[in-house]
Amino acid sequence: MEVLERFAAGDAEAFESLFRQHQGMVFRWIVRIVRNAAVAEELTVETFWKMHLARARFDAKKGNFCGWMRRIATNAALDYLRRARPEVELPEELPARRTPVAAEQNELRRLIFAAMGQLSPQVRAAVLLALVEEEPYEEVGKALGISTAAAKLRVFRGVRVLRKELTKVGVQA
Amino acid sequence: MSEQELEKIKSLLKEAYPPQNEELRRDLWLEMQERLSQREMRVPWWDWALLAAASALTLLFPGAIPALLYHL
Repeated sequence: MEVLERFAAGDAEAFESLFRQHQGMVFRWIVRIVRNAAVAEELTVETFWKMHLARARFDAKKGNFCGWMRRIATNAALDYLRRARPEVELPEELPARRTPVAAEQNELRRLIFAAMGQLSPQVRAAVLLALVEEEPYEEVGKALGISTAAAKLRVFRGVRVLRKELTKVGVQA
Repeated sequence: MSEQELEKIKSLLKEAYPPQNEELRRDLWLEMQERLSQREMRVPWWDWALLAAASALTLLFPGAIPALLYHL
């Protein structure tokens, strides 16, 4: 029996094998959405936990395992973004910049974080994945459980809100 | 929205959110095992329901306590 079939049937060794094989990929995907390595590690475990619970519903013969896994990982990341406070402050690990130009750049970043905080987690994730990480719209759509066209529309709406918010605070966008 | 405007937003976003190339630095299997064992130790919901029903019974009908103890 194939490893995916054994996993779906509840085989613990098959689950461990899949976990070891895919944990890095799941982490890399989640960290692109939540942008925090420690949180991404927790959510990687959470993703595999959800997969473990839902294993009986996975069709090993017809199903796309990586797509299914990425979808669960995206949902775990979105759940986290819904719970978490919107990011407005600059991360502490950023190097101290005290020159006027650097202060201006930091202020710009703060304004961008605040504008991103106005977006819903789904729109924020779509914008980050498509525009920052440059993932193809098809992949963004699959991960969010929507069509490619809907993913493009979601990003477009996000950009429109960002432009509006940034223009309000005097940033030329 | 023009392509130029989209590119402007994209560059602003990339300035604030540098693309993430972070790799997983350690094996998370130990945490996964802990999570799996926590699940195994969890009390099933029907046990809690039974406990709640028994507690309610003793509160509403204190006279039933000796019978309940007899059946334990």
